[in-house]
Amino acid sequence: MEKRVVFRSWWLPYVLVAPQLAITIVFFFWPAGQAVWQSLLAQDPFGISVEFVGLENFANLVADEHYLASFQVTAVFSLLVAGVGMSVSLLLAVFADRAIRGAGLYKTLIIWPYAVAPVVAAILWLFLFNPTLGVVAHWMRALGMTWDPLLDSGDALALIVIAATWKQVSYNFLFFLAGLQSIPKSLIEAAAIDGAGPGRRFWTIVFPLLSPTTFFLLVVNIIHAFFDTFAIVDAATGGGPGQATEILVYKVYKDGFKALDLGGSAAQSVILMAIVIALTVVQFRYIERKVQY
Amino acid sequence: MAKVEFRNVRKSYGALQVIHGVDASVADGEFIVIVGPSGCGKSTLLRMVAGLEAITEGEIAIGDRVVNALEPKDRDIAMVFQNYALYPHMSVYDNMAYGLKIRGMSKTDIDERVKRAAGILELGPLLDRRPRQLSGGQRQRVAMGRAIVREPKVFLFDEPLSNLDAKLRVQMRFEIQKLHRQLGTTALYVTHDQVEAMTLAHRMIVMNAGRAEQVGTPMEVYDDPATRFVAGFIGSPSMNFLSGKGAGTGRVALAHGGIVRHANGQVDTGRDVVVGIRPEHLVECGAPDAMFSAVVELVEQLGADTLVHLRHGEDAAVVRQPHSRQREAGTTMHVTADPARVYLFDAGSGARIR
Amino acid sequence: MIENRPGLTLVTHAVLWGGVAVLAFPVWVTFVASTLTAEQVLAAPMPLLPGGRFFENYVEVLLHGAGNSEAPAWRMMVNSFVTAMVIAIGKIAISLLSAFAIVYFKFPFRMFFFWMIFVTLMLPVEVRILPTYKVVSDLALLDSYTGLTLPLIASATATFLFRQFFLTIPDELAEAARVDGAGPMRFFWDVVVPMSRTSVAALFVIQFIYGWNQYLWPLLVTTQESYYTVAIGIKRMIAGGGDAATEWHLVMATAMLAMVPPALVVILMQKWFVKGLVDTEK
Repeated sequence: MEKRVVFRSWWLPYVLVAPQLAITIVFFFWPAGQAVWQSLLAQDPFGISVEFVGLENFANLVADEHYLASFQVTAVFSLLVAGVGMSVSLLLAVFADRAIRGAGLYKTLIIWPYAVAPVVAAILWLFLFNPTLGVVAHWMRALGMTWDPLLDSGDALALIVIAATWKQVSYNFLFFLAGLQSIPKSLIEAAAIDGAGPGRRFWTIVFPLLSPTTFFLLVVNIIHAFFDTFAIVDAATGGGPGQATEILVYKVYKDGFKALDLGGSAAQSVILMAIVIALTVVQFRYIERKVQY
Repeated sequence: MAKVEFRNVRKSYGALQVIHGVDASVADGEFIVIVGPSGCGKSTLLRMVAGLEAITEGEIAIGDRVVNALEPKDRDIAMVFQNYALYPHMSVYDNMAYGLKIRGMSKTDIDERVKRAAGILELGPLLDRRPRQLSGGQRQRVAMGRAIVREPKVFLFDEPLSNLDAKLRVQMRFEIQKLHRQLGTTALYVTHDQVEAMTLAHRMIVMNAGRAEQVGTPMEVYDDPATRFVAGFIGSPSMNFLSGKGAGTGRVALAHGGIVRHANGQVDTGRDVVVGIRPEHLVECGAPDAMFSAVVELVEQLGADTLVHLRHGEDAAVVRQPHSRQREAGTTMHVTADPARVYLFDAGSGARIR
Repeated sequence: MIENRPGLTLVTHAVLWGGVAVLAFPVWVTFVASTLTAEQVLAAPMPLLPGGRFFENYVEVLLHGAGNSEAPAWRMMVNSFVTAMVIAIGKIAISLLSAFAIVYFKFPFRMFFFWMIFVTLMLPVEVRILPTYKVVSDLALLDSYTGLTLPLIASATATFLFRQFFLTIPDELAEAARVDGAGPMRFFWDVVVPMSRTSVAALFVIQFIYGWNQYLWPLLVTTQESYYTVAIGIKRMIAGGGDAATEWHLVMATAMLAMVPPALVVILMQKWFVKGLVDTEK
């Protein structure tokens, strides 16, 4: 899409894009370049000696079982957040779409958690699940369940999944609801006349028609779980116990700022960038497909 | 007010030439309609006058000034766009006042001009409304009001009525005519609708494929078309074209039988020509007097008129009869015409043979 | 809906209210905890109905902070507010300008610039923290509002949104403005900006929340308590070690304070919020 050329000036457009370009270059391209360059260097923590080591940092990472474990944690974490979050949201959206009375009210009551900062979400759930004073932890004990996210890695993972999911439900809900409302009512009515009950209609008509939304949300949720959850992990578990909840983004931070392994951290940054770019490309392929509809 | 002159105006986009040298001059106060099918370059020509498109070659002059290098705002023109191009976030009043405000006119002068234009166009009660609260016809009027308040030397209209329904179009056509009589400003009006062109124009420029095929008054263009394209484009239903060959003085033999008499003198015997006769000039007659005979394919009753569609070999023809006579499809009809109303065109170039 | 079964309607509302209750439960508990004394919170399980310390607790955190953090909450709120406003307004301003240039002008390197901005979509701050931190520290922007906000202001999303919107503005409008005598900047201010109002409002809601909720970046660039935002301050209030050291009733009051402004923005500007979310993800 192009406009007919309307305005002409040899300098004005450059002035107009300058602020954005300046910020982009200083805070995006320069650091990203630095990350790539750093990832090829080995530096001791005191910055005394720097040595070009080629791909050694990457080789070290691939051989590092902690890093591979972090990958695995991230994968499990993302899939759980995406899976649980989307299922709950879809359920709520389907019912909200059904509810004729109060639909607007439900929408308002469901979307607000989007506004809550991830770190606050983490603290809220940390408090509920705190083994000594948490209300929910108390109920679980009363039911005879053992629960200690400070010691048990499964419990810790569950805690951050719950916090991350809770925050993402409203987002998924909005998109599912919009998707449901865009399905023509006549299709549902035709299926009903064909004799399909509500459940059957959902699985054979509604769910397939929602698939573009579902796919889009899947990608967005995975990106969310990968990157937007740093605060949740930092506040809720600090990556622990051990490295049980150390997702990739958290490890970049910890290795870079706490362990001062600059080359290793930079190499991780580069790998993360590659992942984001891959996910973005997938997302854009999806958009292209959507445009064709 | 001013005259407008086109001197060998050309327009190219890269290697592609879309206007091939237009020459025309518009007198002071004249209402000129530029008419042609879509893609003929008529809007481009108008936009070149407005300064929205650069002029590749040649000159356009408004008054005594060549305006090629001038910005639109310095050309002293006002334009009415096809989709009206009203600023959606401004009231009717502000839409009309905007151009004057930019020119630094005083508030009282602006107010006076806007009120006067609103009076002319009966927009008075609507001045505080937003464009989206108006009907199509009202928006159209606001777009004209915006042009009027500027009191320009030339009005430019770019298919201003094509977004209106048929009834409103007739009404607005009438109002534009009235307005022009009242203001007397030179106007260039682009349309693809030949009825609009015929009814509005003092003179019209008929364009085809980037060329001005004919410039003249509506009746000149109707009575004396310069090319086969003009002959076919102006008039509804359009002129019948039948292929034939010259057959001695004042005679053309039709390809599918019949001899047409014409008033164009000598056409070389055997020369390929196209015979053009308007539907309203074909008359039914007895077999001995007929120029040609053809099979009736379809009869359309329009109330006052009847259109009889004829099949003449590979050619088709329409006869417009003033009052309906019972006519059955499949029967044969014999027709003739006044030789003075028969036009001949070169079969290759489409140029008129006189 | 087609079936008019009262049972199904009942289930519908039951499920929705259940969902709403689960979503709201943590916030309710937080609110209750913020109205209790420290001892009441520590008594496992704590009560689930509000206590009488609402006023005292909130005054305490607003004026004196809590735990290890000496920064009063009002100060952190101001910092968060400034950060959020600067980021939201800054993003909108520079994106409006660059999108306008890219859509309404043709100039050398236009597409190159466009792609440069586009690529940043793929580089969230989280993946390039260390080098970005280094750049900001080299520019001596640590512990400053500039350092807190400037690196977060460039936004491909906003630029795209505006570009998409500008492309839907009919060409004739710009031409009419030209005929009316408006230059590019006049057209920008008088027509483009007013017409973009709803897009601006939608983006503002999204970006305000984004700015208010920033965590990793402020964590890195602020070391002085006077620059803490609420998101950072609240984390610092939680004692690293034992639970007893954490003043949970004050932390929870701070959590409420941290949640209220963005939640209000979402609820009060719901229409634009929804539009913003949907538009920015297109």
